[in-house]
Amino acid sequence: MRRMIFKSLVHGPLTETAPAADDAALAELAAQVNVVARRRLGRTLSIREVDAGSCNGCELEIHALNNVLYDLERFGLRFVASPRHADVLLVTGPVTLNMREALERTYQATPQPKWVVAVGDCARDGGVFAGSYACVGGVGAVLPVDLHISGCPPAPLALLKGLLALLDSAERGSSAAI
Amino acid sequence: MKTLRDILEEGQVMAQHRPWPRAVVGEDSWQQAIRLLQEEQCTLLGLWGENEVVHLALIDAQGKEPAILSFECEDGSFPSIGRAHAPAIRLERALRDLSGLDPEGLTDARAWLDHGKWPVDHPLGQARPAEAKRKPKPYAFLPAEGESLHEIPVGPVHAGIIEPGHFRFSASGETIVRLEERLGYVHKGIESLLARQTIERAALLAGRVSGDSTVAYALAFARAIEAAYGAEVPVRALWLRALMGELERLANHFGDIGAICNDAAFAMLHAHCGLLREQVLRTADSCFGHRLMMDRVVPGGVRADLPREGARMIGGLLAQVRDSFPELMEMYDNTASLKDRTVGTGLLSAKLARQFGAGGCVGRASGRAFDARRTPGYPPYDQLEFEVPVLEAGDVNARIWIRKREIEQSLVMIEQILRELPSGPVCAALSMQPGAGEGVALVEGFRGDILAWVSTAADGRIARCHLRDPSWFQWPLLEAAIEGNIVADFPLCNKSFNCSYSGHDL
Repeated sequence: MRRMIFKSLVHGPLTETAPAADDAALAELAAQVNVVARRRLGRTLSIREVDAGSCNGCELEIHALNNVLYDLERFGLRFVASPRHADVLLVTGPVTLNMREALERTYQATPQPKWVVAVGDCARDGGVFAGSYACVGGVGAVLPVDLHISGCPPAPLALLKGLLALLDSAERGSSAAI
Repeated sequence: MKTLRDILEEGQVMAQHRPWPRAVVGEDSWQQAIRLLQEEQCTLLGLWGENEVVHLALIDAQGKEPAILSFECEDGSFPSIGRAHAPAIRLERALRDLSGLDPEGLTDARAWLDHGKWPVDHPLGQARPAEAKRKPKPYAFLPAEGESLHEIPVGPVHAGIIEPGHFRFSASGETIVRLEERLGYVHKGIESLLARQTIERAALLAGRVSGDSTVAYALAFARAIEAAYGAEVPVRALWLRALMGELERLANHFGDIGAICNDAAFAMLHAHCGLLREQVLRTADSCFGHRLMMDRVVPGGVRADLPREGARMIGGLLAQVRDSFPELMEMYDNTASLKDRTVGTGLLSAKLARQFGAGGCVGRASGRAFDARRTPGYPPYDQLEFEVPVLEAGDVNARIWIRKREIEQSLVMIEQILRELPSGPVCAALSMQPGAGEGVALVEGFRGDILAWVSTAADGRIARCHLRDPSWFQWPLLEAAIEGNIVADFPLCNKSFNCSYSGHDL
């Protein structure tokens, strides 16, 4: 173990340079994020992930954001265990009827101000699961969605760009208000 | 006592079913089959409904002769298998929810996938609108009684970034007395969506049953379709499928080993394993154009050929893994505080693993050597050299160790595939051979054996498709393995099983 720790010390971090925020996402957010709400947050957002019927593909890629190459926490973004600690709900899946109530209750448990980010193609409109008796078909049908990150599943870089756009927009909002 | 072969001979064998035999049997033979399961002469592979028929897939104890028995429910019911053979209980509860066919004699009357929220009852059978004013009844968890017991409800929304499900613990102080799972939260109605679908669209759905096993599911579906159509697949495609399958296994096993250690608060291994997983995914992306290799395996072959520099990229990945992985496992093995959490934790007995036919690491860490790549087997694994590691200990440590040894086997197989990859086309057009129509396949994903069964309509579309995740036979065993452990060890045990929610809920 000592050899590994030593190697890590001399090797330097593996973490890669951050991508620029996603322009399309910024545009979508500009219209939706409330300036007053932004002021209350610094450049840090706590995220609660909710799987509302995903195939688990999105979760795998969201997980990857925490690995050493993407290292999400360096941006002030972190995943929290309870919606009561969260600013952002990151919702995946076509919203199954069996998960609808749990999703709504998670949203109600999240304090204001809060954002909802829908992740993945099926979270937009149900994707390949659209039309099923067991799916609502998209997060927007249940909660007000501030930002969509598309992809099946979106790669970690796409997720990062979307979340950075959210952060940028929150920060811009707070400085504009000051 | 009659053997599975005797039962098949007594039944009416359906010629359009491939490659295993399927026979329609009467009540006597059905009861004989239940006895075979009960006495462990056979292992349950699946149980599902199609219109007014119940299909039972099973395989002999040697794992060599799989077969399907079909029972025609004349009055909407069939003799329950679950009443005599516990592994069938949840399958029958799900079957009743979806098809409306009644497992006669099943004592558990509770719904399983149907939480009372759908607009229809029995979506796969005689669908009828659910009663408008019906209020979902509270789910009756099995009682645990005793002095100073308390209940801990967990989920469906969990603390981590994982899928939803509900766990009800009854604990005496720190010690878990009973765990009862309640699943079905991510039921998407995939089997209903599959019905009347074109092969192309159905393949997209099959690849999204469980995202972590997308290659294995796409392969199981493709093989079932190819059997139903009587289609041949170019040999290069077979090898590329195996290459993708082994890359998927590597990525998942790295992720799992890291995550189990993380649940014992050993973050360093998690970080290093996460890096290896990411490197596998990036290599997959460079070679096949998708990090999880979704939609790359299609009926008829594969959609992406290995690019010219692909072999070099994968070679580089293997070198990196060979350089760092042994050191990581050495660290795991030499960290007493970590081993203290994993050794002897979450014991699963060999008896239960055998009875439930648990596949994957869960079964192989508890003495069950079954691996669908070996028996019944499918190409090109008959030409690849690999071992199926088996351990007897049945604890979290053994499940980590099986993953480690499977990673080593996958590395060897990938090297052989790169060395001997045949040339030629990678996809063939599908055309339906006369006399065909139904197909079945058993494919080994990283989690265990996935069963895919299809029947096709005259126009070549899907009539009915059933996909059975390995988790069906692993989730119930988690309830058994956790008994007597402390609550704080549940994440460890759960992660060492790593059952699928989406694959199970379908």
